[in-house]
Amino acid sequence: MDQSKIRNFCIVAHIDHGKSTLADRMIEKTGVLTMREMTSQVLDNMDIERERGITIKSQAVRMIYKAQDGEEYTFNMIDTPGHVDFGYEVSRSLAACDGAILVVDATQGVEAQTLANVYMALDHDLDVFPVINKIDLPSAQPDEVKEEIEDVIGIEAHDAPLISAKNGIGIEEVLEAVVHKIPAPTGDPNKPLTALIFDSIYDSYRGVIVFVRIRDGVIKKGMKVRFMATGAEAEVVEVGYFGPGRFIPSDDLSAGDVGYFTASIKNIQDTRVGDTVTDSANPCAEALPGYKKVMPMVYCGLYPADSAHYSDLRDALEKLQLNDASLFYEPETSQALGFGFRAGFLGLLHLEVIQERLEREYDLNLVTTAPGVVYKVHKNDGTVFDLTNPTNLPDPTEIDYMEEPIVSGEIMVTTEYVGAIMQLCQERRGKYLSTDYIEQTRAILKYELPLNEIIYDFFDALKSRSRGYASFDYELKGYERSELVKLDILINREEVDALSFIVHKDGAYERGRKMCERLKEEIPRHLFEIPIQAAVGGKIIARETVKAYRKDVLAKCYGGDITRKKKLLEKQKEGKKKMRQIGNVEVPQAAFLSVLKLDSGD
Amino acid sequence: MFTNKDLSIYVHVPFCARKCLYCDFLSFQAEKELISSYFEALSKEIRSYADTYKDYTVKSVFFGGGTPSLPDAEYICDILKLLHSEFNITEDAEITTELNPGTASFDKLKAYRAAGINRLSIGAQSFDDKELKTLGRIHDSAAFYKTYEDAQRAGFTNINIDLMSALPDQTLESYHSTLKKAVELKPSHISAYSLIVEEGTPFFDMDLDLPDEDTDRLMYHETKRILEEGGYHRYEISNYAYGDGEKNECYHNKVYWERGNYLGLGLGSSSMIDNVRFSNITDIMEYIKRLSDSESVVEEREELSEKACMEEFMFLGLRLVKGVDADLFYRQFGQKLEDVYAGPLIKYETLGLIERVGNNLRLTEKGFDVSNTVMAEFCF
Repeated sequence: MDQSKIRNFCIVAHIDHGKSTLADRMIEKTGVLTMREMTSQVLDNMDIERERGITIKSQAVRMIYKAQDGEEYTFNMIDTPGHVDFGYEVSRSLAACDGAILVVDATQGVEAQTLANVYMALDHDLDVFPVINKIDLPSAQPDEVKEEIEDVIGIEAHDAPLISAKNGIGIEEVLEAVVHKIPAPTGDPNKPLTALIFDSIYDSYRGVIVFVRIRDGVIKKGMKVRFMATGAEAEVVEVGYFGPGRFIPSDDLSAGDVGYFTASIKNIQDTRVGDTVTDSANPCAEALPGYKKVMPMVYCGLYPADSAHYSDLRDALEKLQLNDASLFYEPETSQALGFGFRAGFLGLLHLEVIQERLEREYDLNLVTTAPGVVYKVHKNDGTVFDLTNPTNLPDPTEIDYMEEPIVSGEIMVTTEYVGAIMQLCQERRGKYLSTDYIEQTRAILKYELPLNEIIYDFFDALKSRSRGYASFDYELKGYERSELVKLDILINREEVDALSFIVHKDGAYERGRKMCERLKEEIPRHLFEIPIQAAVGGKIIARETVKAYRKDVLAKCYGGDITRKKKLLEKQKEGKKKMRQIGNVEVPQAAFLSVLKLDSGD
Repeated sequence: MFTNKDLSIYVHVPFCARKCLYCDFLSFQAEKELISSYFEALSKEIRSYADTYKDYTVKSVFFGGGTPSLPDAEYICDILKLLHSEFNITEDAEITTELNPGTASFDKLKAYRAAGINRLSIGAQSFDDKELKTLGRIHDSAAFYKTYEDAQRAGFTNINIDLMSALPDQTLESYHSTLKKAVELKPSHISAYSLIVEEGTPFFDMDLDLPDEDTDRLMYHETKRILEEGGYHRYEISNYAYGDGEKNECYHNKVYWERGNYLGLGLGSSSMIDNVRFSNITDIMEYIKRLSDSESVVEEREELSEKACMEEFMFLGLRLVKGVDADLFYRQFGQKLEDVYAGPLIKYETLGLIERVGNNLRLTEKGFDVSNTVMAEFCF
């Protein structure tokens, strides 16, 4: 294929600014899909994404566009996630592109994530052009937004297409802009094969499907390829393009193309996202630079609700990791929960998404323990180790001091909520740095915050205290020394390792108290009284009691309607199955996440 | 205790003068025409079964509702006559009808007695007029006394009184007084239920001052104490019979708990015959239409698996004070109760909620308070 007729690009935007809708319209306009084939959002084809309205997994789609110059162009559009937690996935999608469309909401303007995503695109040397979306809304201010884009981001915006993706206005203009503003790929089809893996998925029929951007050379069926990082080799079974929602096989993929291949890959660990694929018979000299490696920021324990499903959980994690290299996990055991995994995530949303995917796509019933960050423990003997599981905290007498991760955060908020947000940051042990006004009504607050103060419900608190107007972006700054203690929870006088967590010593009492209150609500009454206690260093600091129930009788059983009675009993029994037995106490799975909701009262 | 050719018959009469505020049963107000059409349909349903059960011996008949005493006496008497002609009802069968005070005149009661009804179940619920009003009952205590006397005059000696505890605004004192008044009348049987506020009833949406759990249990234990002092014995969670033997215990009710065969007739009624459960549709217009078209009114049918039978054996049998008979379990299922239910047995014996007495396994007093929890464990 003529490289000059290929355009590889992605769309970046703040969440809700209409990225997916624009993608849908472009697919419609290019005629690859009939209207009938269009589901509401073609690119977001996973259930969770649909429900949450966010895009999680990178995907790509190819379309054919007949431009005004009469030529037919091949567009490869690569979808990117919009949430700050998924910076890593954005990065790897961007690596497969030559340019990016920036979608900005005409009513909202530039938001924190817009900036983060654009900077990331610019970091990858992509050419970025903006489009202004939602111009049909009465509150649209396209001129102000254009000005803001030029002022705040520093890219040209005066000729940005004014569109409404929802109503199909201005789409043609966007397509033309892709042809003219996004560069064609460069690469030599005659050189040895060099292809970047930007994603891969596991299909139960075809095995691993590898998504690649071909830099140089050609890949075709029957060819033996080598994965340069792992050294694994496999024979290519099929190559092809991404049709909307399906795969379209082709003869080959050559320099500049974006597509997929399947191969006789035995071990799914052999194909790593970010790795370079080359021709075994004629390998390229060196691998492409991989993606920036990211470190998990948040850890939690993942356990099968039924311990018999441990190996199912392991298999599922293995498959998820295949297309989510940022997911980290290793086996661990808990006295309370048995065999499971300690898993690391980019952020809390990432954690929730993985948890939901495990439950939905792999039909697993999970118990998740309270998420925590990675602490650095400096021991008296001079050694330092990373603590990812609170249970592993050594005896306080062995600890010299501890450090916790600190992030630099930027909160963009309308001026009227500055006070409320500052108060929130202060409550979360934030260190105030500065306030920058980007225009009269909006400010960026800069804070340093301990990561463990923002992983739980910081986003929710931020939204509720700013009526949804604040947006937040952060990056890890480093570690700082901090007075930290381990808070233990005892249920019916038995310490439950899965409920322990690390907390700043000043907040220990408050957290312990709230934790006990929350657990009291979560744990159903039993036949006996259950004390719930919070302790620091063996000293009880808070207590609640779940009273025993005295009565559970079904009185009248009318006219021999036994079936109804039986259903009631079965429901009661079914409810018990969803519980985790700790000593004599049945604890609902939700209780293990109680710590997350501690501040939801505010 | 039942042979597999024994049968009990339940007849549902879904009409009420007015729906009580706590009532979760299939009942409603109806015009005379509808009542008449209903009994016509019911007769057709009865005839449709005659051949099917000609080998069975009917040991009890129970008219329940709703308020079976609301329609004219002829309706019930005619249905009973029809049952006699279509089924083999034994001479000494227990034939009960439910009755609400204020709906049954002396003449009606006499007609019932003459037709062969030999047991009455009267919905007294409380002897406190304020409580009766709160419940949305149409009667007061004076009306109850009148009905009770009329029943005795009409020749009824086997009478049950229904009582309720844990009512809104009910106190331990007022409940004591209700129990004592009931005992003074020396009916042969007393049922005492604790109110359960069900979703879908007006009570569910009302802001009620209900006795707390501890008071509720105290009321339950006081029921047992006072009724035992009065000469009654408890044979089921909520049922008490006068004297010592089984004589005054309700045969029909025990069929439900001990899994005897019973055939439900009428709107929404349930049946279990030879380990098959089935039930009738609940839409009265549809019920009448189908029967006039000579179609079946059965809508749900479940052939019980052996496991389902075991579950029922346990959770129904445990409602009885004597509990379940482990030998009978073995005879019915060819497996030992102790093997099938080893887990729950150990757990609840340790907690003191069930106990063994001879071959029987039964709930302890503490076990009765939380019987659902225990019974649920016997479901697979």
